[in-house]
Amino acid sequence: MLKLLFHNPLSLGFAQAGAAALAALMVVLLARRRQIHLEGEILIAMVRGLLQIIAVGSILFLLLGGPRWTSLFLLAGMVVAAAATSARRAKGVPEVFQVSLYAIACGAGSLILLMTWLGVIDTSITALVPVGSMIIANAMNTNGLTLNRFRADVLAHVGEIETALALGADTGSSVAIYVEASVEASLIPAIDNLRSLGIVWIPGLMAGMLLSGARPIYAAMYQFVVLSMIFAASGLTSLVSTLLVRGRIFSPAEQLLLRPGR
Amino acid sequence: MNAPSTPAGPILKAERLSRIVNGKALVDDISFELYKGEVLAITGPSGAGKSSLLRLLNRLDEPTSGTVYLEGIDYRTIPARELRRRVGMVTQRPFLFPGAVEENLRYGPAQRGEELPQKVLEDLLLRVGLSGYGERNVANLSGGEAQRVSLARALANRPDILLLDEPTSALDDDAKLEVEGLLETIMHGQGLTCIVVTHDAAQAVRLAKRALLLVSGRVVRSGPVAEVLHA
Repeated sequence: MLKLLFHNPLSLGFAQAGAAALAALMVVLLARRRQIHLEGEILIAMVRGLLQIIAVGSILFLLLGGPRWTSLFLLAGMVVAAAATSARRAKGVPEVFQVSLYAIACGAGSLILLMTWLGVIDTSITALVPVGSMIIANAMNTNGLTLNRFRADVLAHVGEIETALALGADTGSSVAIYVEASVEASLIPAIDNLRSLGIVWIPGLMAGMLLSGARPIYAAMYQFVVLSMIFAASGLTSLVSTLLVRGRIFSPAEQLLLRPGR
Repeated sequence: MNAPSTPAGPILKAERLSRIVNGKALVDDISFELYKGEVLAITGPSGAGKSSLLRLLNRLDEPTSGTVYLEGIDYRTIPARELRRRVGMVTQRPFLFPGAVEENLRYGPAQRGEELPQKVLEDLLLRVGLSGYGERNVANLSGGEAQRVSLARALANRPDILLLDEPTSALDDDAKLEVEGLLETIMHGQGLTCIVVTHDAAQAVRLAKRALLLVSGRVVRSGPVAEVLHA
């Protein structure tokens, strides 16, 4: 219907964005009627997301003619932004930005470098940036979920953790079950995406490849490759994140620092 | 301090302990000595700093100033895990780990790579009046039973000193009497060195010979329990 009303691609794009945003706003209003207040966070996130994606699109347009190594700077910037975003999911956790930065850089960054070196990801800007950003974005989500769950579990089980410490447990053992639960919970989306690939979900990358004339079987295989990379990067991010945060919630004298009201 | 006269030095000596959080002194310049086999009650109104003081003694919290000597050794030089094995703690709520009673009792020794012998485990359960409870799931225990498992779990570490933080305050009257009776047996019958935090004056008299009365983080009276509580 919108295509009938808008013939210019740019105005059609804005109209489509408006329609999608309207749907999101309706959900926010429905939630509000049930006393669930999402409006502040969602509105800011939507406006930010729109501005950011337009900015990135413009930068990509400018970079397309430039040397390939420029995409590394773009991906490094994405890692920093991803760390800042997911760090907000675990307020009160000591050095949460550093934890997020190291975890995402290690999980997503190392995997992107390895896969690019192996030739799984093409070094062209048009391939490296979109595929890299998907890996980084999923690592960001996983990191946010990991830290958020870990923080909530620790705060809800201060008594159990301090009891374990009081019985002579080391810090790692005292929070081991919460580390395990955080990693498992954070990887549910990545695992479910892999499990439902092609049945429930045909991701945008595959659709784009098909539209640009790639063979369907190659497009499908590459989609599996991307989701496997996403799972690997997310899993590594979550493992590194919990390893780093575990060490930061205790003092050198093995005292729990992350406690309610601190 | 009116410490009993013994040829040996104190097993534990707190020296000018303070803990200040956000500008508020939770524990303010507290010193005292504890001798082997002695039971010391720490009493006072809510918010007086009783539990905060106890948490400093096994270093679950860090003193802002002052220190604790364990058999003459500054506890900051003792590895935290070794210190906490030697200075055990039983909290107001038992915080049992999910699983069987015997798994809870084995937890402390397992942290040092030791296996709690079955005979010792059974003896511990006998001491706390829970003989035959080893395989029971902790989810099916009453409040009093859970607190007794918590006590047995702390004793499984063979602590030199046991800290008890309001061990009966979360229990109903029947369970309270039952656990308090057990504590009396263990403290007096078996000569365990203990510090018990309680806001219950009668309980302090029943369990301890000596007491510290805390108000606003400071010791306002110390000495024989009856004198401290009835002055």
